[in-house]
Amino acid sequence: MLEMDQVSKVYRTDRVQTRALDGLCVQVDAGEFVAVTGPSGSGKTTFLNIAGLLETFESGTYKLEGEDVGNLDDAARSRIRNQKIGFIFQSFNLIPDLDIFDNVDVPLRYRGMKAPERRRRIEDALLRVGLGSRSRHLPSQLSGGQQQRVAIARALAGDPLFLLADEPTGNLDTQMAGQVMELLQEINQAGTTIVMVTHDPSLAAMASRNITLLDGKLESGGTTQLGAHAQDLACSLIT
Amino acid sequence: MFAYYLTNAIRSMRRNPALTLLVVAAIAVGIAVSMTMLTVYYVMASNPIPRKSEQLFAVQLDSWNPLRPFDSDRPERPPHQMTWRDVNALLEAGYASRQAGMFEAELVITPQGENQLPFEVSARVTSSDFFPMFEPSFRYGGGWDRQADRVSAQVMVINRKINDRLFGGEDSVGRRVTVNGREFTITGVMDQWEPMPRFYDVIEGGLDEVSEVFVPLSLTPRMKFNSAGSDWGWKPEPIRSFEDWLNSEAVWLQFWAELPTPEDKAAYQAHIDAYVMEQKKLGRFERPLNNQLHDVMEWMAYHEIVQKDVRVLVGLGFLFLVVCLLSSVSLLLTKFEGRSGEMSLRRALGANKTQVISQNLIEVAVIGTCGGAIGITLTWASLNALGAAITRAPQALFEIDTTMIVTAIAVSVCTSLLAGIYPAVKTCAIAPAQQLKTQ
Repeated sequence: MLEMDQVSKVYRTDRVQTRALDGLCVQVDAGEFVAVTGPSGSGKTTFLNIAGLLETFESGTYKLEGEDVGNLDDAARSRIRNQKIGFIFQSFNLIPDLDIFDNVDVPLRYRGMKAPERRRRIEDALLRVGLGSRSRHLPSQLSGGQQQRVAIARALAGDPLFLLADEPTGNLDTQMAGQVMELLQEINQAGTTIVMVTHDPSLAAMASRNITLLDGKLESGGTTQLGAHAQDLACSLIT
Repeated sequence: MFAYYLTNAIRSMRRNPALTLLVVAAIAVGIAVSMTMLTVYYVMASNPIPRKSEQLFAVQLDSWNPLRPFDSDRPERPPHQMTWRDVNALLEAGYASRQAGMFEAELVITPQGENQLPFEVSARVTSSDFFPMFEPSFRYGGGWDRQADRVSAQVMVINRKINDRLFGGEDSVGRRVTVNGREFTITGVMDQWEPMPRFYDVIEGGLDEVSEVFVPLSLTPRMKFNSAGSDWGWKPEPIRSFEDWLNSEAVWLQFWAELPTPEDKAAYQAHIDAYVMEQKKLGRFERPLNNQLHDVMEWMAYHEIVQKDVRVLVGLGFLFLVVCLLSSVSLLLTKFEGRSGEMSLRRALGANKTQVISQNLIEVAVIGTCGGAIGITLTWASLNALGAAITRAPQALFEIDTTMIVTAIAVSVCTSLLAGIYPAVKTCAIAPAQQLKTQ
C-alpha cells in the first residue's frame, strides 16, 4: 500500500546541508500497525511528512496503492491527503475557536461533501472515539486525552486509507496515553492501517511491526515479511 | 465553499479584533480621504445638464479693444461676456429657437407684513427662454412667457426658500411681491434646483448658488438693475447715466443659445458673424472676426471649472490611500502569520493552496467591505463638515450619491484584495509540516 524506494531528503540553508533521509526503503501493507522509532534526528518525522505528502523529496520513488505520488502537483497531493490520509499530531492541532464538531468537519469541507453526509460522518467518528456528547464543546473545555481523541476522530471521519500519527501520546500522561493507544489499536483492528512515529519503546511494542531509523536510513524492519526479500535486494543493488 | 470561507473569515476577524480594527481603520481612512476628494472632483467635473449639454451654447462676440486682445495670455479668446447692446440685438433677431441673455443682480424685497424688514436677494435678470432652455424644476407655476419680455412685465420667479419666507411655502403663483419698490407678480416657484457647476454663469468659478429670484431682462432699462457680477470695459467712454452704461462697450452679460442640431449651430455662427460684419460698418468690432460658440462641457473646460489643484488633491487623496494600503499589507502580514498554524493544519487536512489563498482573500474582502462602509461614513461626515464650513458653495457639492457609495465600496474591496494578495500567498508558501511541528 505504501512503498518508498531509495527516498532521500536534504534540508538546505545558506550554510548547512542536512541529509534527513538517505535512500530510505520502506514498505507498509494494508491493515498493518507500524511503529517508526529511532533517536532524535534520525528522520522519523521527515519520513512521516513525506509519507503524508506534506513534504517533497529529492530522489527515490514513493508509491501509494501502486500510484507514484512523488511528482504530483499541489492540488493532487492535497486531494490525496484529504481523501486517503488521516493525520494525528503530537500537539493535537485542533483549531481553538472551533467546537469539536467543526474541528472534525474541517477535512470533510475540503472534500466537498454535502452537509447531511458530513454530519453523519462526524457523529459516527465522535461516537467511535467516545465523544459523541461533546460535539459542541470547545477544545479548551476538554482534557488532553480527549483533545487527542478529537484529532483521531477528525482523522477517521474521512475514512482514510491509513493514519499517520506523529508522537500521538507525546503530550499526554501515562493513563491518557494508554487510552489513546487502546483506541488506535481498536481502529487498526477494525482494518485501518496506522503508521506511528514514537520515541517510546513500550508504545512501539504495541504495534504489529517496528521500523527503526538511524541517520535517515533504515536500521531495521523496513519491509513486511513478504516484501522483505525483493525490497532488500533492490535497495542493496542501488546502494 | 463561499459560505464556509465567509464564516471562517468572520471568525478570524473576531479572533484578533484589535488587529482587524487597525486594518479596517487604515482602509477606512484611506477611502474617506480619497473619496472626499473624488466626490468634490466628480461633482465639479460632472455634466450639469446631460440631456441638453450639446445643444446649449455660450455665445461670444469679439467686441474688444482693437489694440489688444481680451486675454493677452490667450489672444485667441474673445470676451466671455457681451455688451447690453449686442445681447439685445441678438435677442431681437431671434436667430436661435431659444436664447437668453442674463446677468446677476441684487434686489431688495419688501415683505407685506408690518413688522417685516426689507431684505436683499440674489437675482438673475434674464429672458423668458431661460426656463425652457435650462429646465429648472418648478414647485408651482413656471417661468414667464416671451410676451412678458416684450412688454417688460413686472413678473418674477422665486425659489422655494423665498417662497417659504414670504408665503409659508404656499402656492404663491399670482401673488404680488414688492421688489426694489415696485410690485411684481409671481409666475412660478422653483423647486430645489442646484446645477453643479452653475454652468450658465461660471464667470466666478461656477460654485455659486442659483439665484433666489428671476426677473425679466427687458426690465433693466426701466428699473435700472445694476450688475452684481463681473464686468469688463476697454473703451474710455463717459458713463454719466444708466443709459450711458447700457450703451457702453463694457461686457457684463452672459448669452446662451439653444441650437439643437449641428446645422442650427452652423447657421447661428453665420448669423452672428453677419451681425458682427454689420456692426463693423458702424465702426464697432474692430478686431478680426472671432465669434465663438461653446457647448456646456466645452464652456466648463474653457473656464477650467475643474481646476488643476482639485486634480492634485484627488491625486494626493489616492496617494494617501496607497500609503494606507501599504500599512494594511504590513498589518495583514502580521494577521495572517498569526494564523499560519491554522492554515498549515488546513493544508495538511486537504486544503490546496488555491483554497487557502481564497480563504484569506475572502477575509481581506470582508475587511475591505467593512473599511469601505466605515470609509463612506467618514466621507459623508467630512463632506458635511466641509459643507458647513463652506456655506457659499451649493450643498450638492458635498453630497455623496449612490455612484460614489458603490465606487467607494468597490475601490475598498479591490484595493484591499490587492493589498491582501501578497500576505495571502506568503502565508501559503510556508511548508505546512514545519508549522505543524512547531505548534
